[in-house]
Amino acid sequence: MINWNSFFFLLFALVACFFALAVVFTGSVVRMAFFLVLCLSATAGLFFLANADFVGAMQLLIYVGGTMVLLVFGVMLTAQGPFVRMKTDGGQWLVALIVGSSLLAVLITAAFRVESWRRGPVGEAATASTNLDPTATPIGMALLGVRVDAVDEPDAVLRSGLSGYLLPFEIVSVHLLVVLIGAAYLARTKKRVRDRTV
Amino acid sequence: MADYLINNVGLFGSYPWLAYLLAGLVHAALLLQLVAVGALFFIWLERKVAGRIQDRLGPTRVGGKFGWLQTLADGIKLIAKEDLTPGGADRLLFKIAPYVSFCASFTALISLPFAFGWVAQSLNIGVFFVIAVLGLEIFGVILAGYASASKWSLFGAMREAAQVVSYEVPLGMCVVVPVLICGTMDLTTIAEMQRGWFTNWLIFHDPFTFITFWVYFTCALASVNRAPFDLAEAESELVAGFHTEYSGLRWSFFFMAEYGSMLLVSVLAAILFFGGWNGPIPITDWVGWSYESGTDPVTFTGYLSNLLGMLNVLGKGVFGVTFMIWVRWTLPRLRIDQVMKTCLKYCTPIAAVMFLGAVIWKYNFPGGLFFRSQVPLANVQETWQGGGGRLIENSGQNSQQSVTITARSDASQSNNQTQVVVANDSRRQEEALP
Amino acid sequence: MMNLLTEPVGVSHYLVVGAILFVSGVVCMATKRNALGVLMGIELVLNGANVNFIAFSSPALQGNSGFSIGLDGQVIALFVIVLAAAEAAVALAITLNFYNNHATIDVDQADELKG
Repeated sequence: MINWNSFFFLLFALVACFFALAVVFTGSVVRMAFFLVLCLSATAGLFFLANADFVGAMQLLIYVGGTMVLLVFGVMLTAQGPFVRMKTDGGQWLVALIVGSSLLAVLITAAFRVESWRRGPVGEAATASTNLDPTATPIGMALLGVRVDAVDEPDAVLRSGLSGYLLPFEIVSVHLLVVLIGAAYLARTKKRVRDRTV
Repeated sequence: MADYLINNVGLFGSYPWLAYLLAGLVHAALLLQLVAVGALFFIWLERKVAGRIQDRLGPTRVGGKFGWLQTLADGIKLIAKEDLTPGGADRLLFKIAPYVSFCASFTALISLPFAFGWVAQSLNIGVFFVIAVLGLEIFGVILAGYASASKWSLFGAMREAAQVVSYEVPLGMCVVVPVLICGTMDLTTIAEMQRGWFTNWLIFHDPFTFITFWVYFTCALASVNRAPFDLAEAESELVAGFHTEYSGLRWSFFFMAEYGSMLLVSVLAAILFFGGWNGPIPITDWVGWSYESGTDPVTFTGYLSNLLGMLNVLGKGVFGVTFMIWVRWTLPRLRIDQVMKTCLKYCTPIAAVMFLGAVIWKYNFPGGLFFRSQVPLANVQETWQGGGGRLIENSGQNSQQSVTITARSDASQSNNQTQVVVANDSRRQEEALP
Repeated sequence: MMNLLTEPVGVSHYLVVGAILFVSGVVCMATKRNALGVLMGIELVLNGANVNFIAFSSPALQGNSGFSIGLDGQVIALFVIVLAAAEAAVALAITLNFYNNHATIDVDQADELKG
């Protein structure tokens, strides 16, 4: 009796975690970029499984298709000779691993502490969870200011705060324009300095 | 399909998970077969069409007068070739690159419908998903170019990556135009709305959509790296571009990916602009075979009409691919700066203006020029359960209220307004958003 | 492990994945000498946070108690994706400038402001 939802969750989760750890421990920067692409694609799969289909497709389009291509371009432009593999010495690795593993222990303990987070839906809620509505239109409407998912909020104070995401949407648009201009300015053609050996 | 297996075939009633597994495997096998046989057919078609354009015959010896089995013979030769890896190459990345390209091309086929209800995974965000996954093919190319440890490969790969990434922008804008006309990103619904005579096809909806199709076709040509945008594979300049060092079966994977993508963008164009499986003449509607929209009992005549629809869609796709082959052997190749200029100075502004034009047209002239679907498909309704997930502290009532988002674009309405109708149990609130 | 295959997953499982991604990102940022490696660490951190947001927003994972944050989590994750892309673009432009000016991408060599 295999619950295919859990099976695919396990598959995507293992792929994402494995390649995330591979990014940390591999030496070559080109391989790091490739493993990161695989990790982010598996994360998109996790999003699809959690009924966030619009966000999953956005992750694939923007993160993997855009940001990672950018990063891979950057890697290709600078992956010359001595810069492909740069090793960090042991002392720094030790400190980083101690900090990392203690943080991981804290986070995992916290994740399993809350009782209601541990179990998935069983019984009737489980079948209901496979027939959930698509999220594209509610997200679109929320970005325009109409919160179609929370029309029945009984608390008046909370209700007055549910004004949708129009303001953050506009702010992000201006932000992206600023980033566009800034990146274009930073990437303009300049004279190159002669190489020096590392 | 899995539900059918569970309900009707007794074995699977007790093992429902087996039914899902079988359904998944069957869908994957069918799609793989489509890509593989498609590649076989298109390579033969390309050689024949190229030959005719160049006033010669093309392959005529293997498999009878028309050289049907030529590609099969080529495939056998490729499999039998020595599998070599260049000396300085990064072995892991070199070996993985063709499979990454092929996987991306194949994944996008998952959400393409070939007939009403015949789709491997029906996604509400179908169009968005296809465009997102199309952009992932570029990783295979970049990896191949880098891992080959050859400067020709690296240059070819970088040029191709720049080209594909730049053309994603006008491609996305062109694809949004049919989406905004239909009000949904679900490919099955978009194709269903074009049922009837060929005047219902979205390409004839308004002049802006007509021009949008041609811009889409140009951007699709650039996206799949076909001529005149094929400088990544330019034989006269770069030996063979990013796949210089690939031989044998690995090279054939790249080509399956390329022909798979060509078929994908052609079938996507067929669904978005040319009515999908609805033919120029609605024969199956007249005979009464086809399914009513929104229901699907499994009947034999319905199956037949779906089969005809699938052949229709594939026929339109093959015509699109033939058109791409024709363009390749007729037009000269563009330089990289001409490619980027076409994208940034021509395709993107034209796509943006067409988008604006389509919005204004839809706002002022609610129906299209000829768009008269007889099924009331201008209503796209989604019901969304409001508040199902929120923690309601002191109320024991069931918070199931539905929000009906109705986008009406009937030609009969005098003013075309999109109404957001928010309905709940006891009171009705209507907000009209012009 | 076997009962993981047969029982539905809950929010905790997603949180574990998010935690592993986050910690990998932090260790990557701390240990890599290549500036692009540090950038990749930042992307991993943001993705770990996104996984957490989506886990909390999904009504499919909530079990019988049902308090997901609903659409808010998904919209926040959307904004995080967009802003991460913007920040990666600018960070990459800065890194490439650094490479062009110093002919090295080693962050240990970026010590001109050292006292």
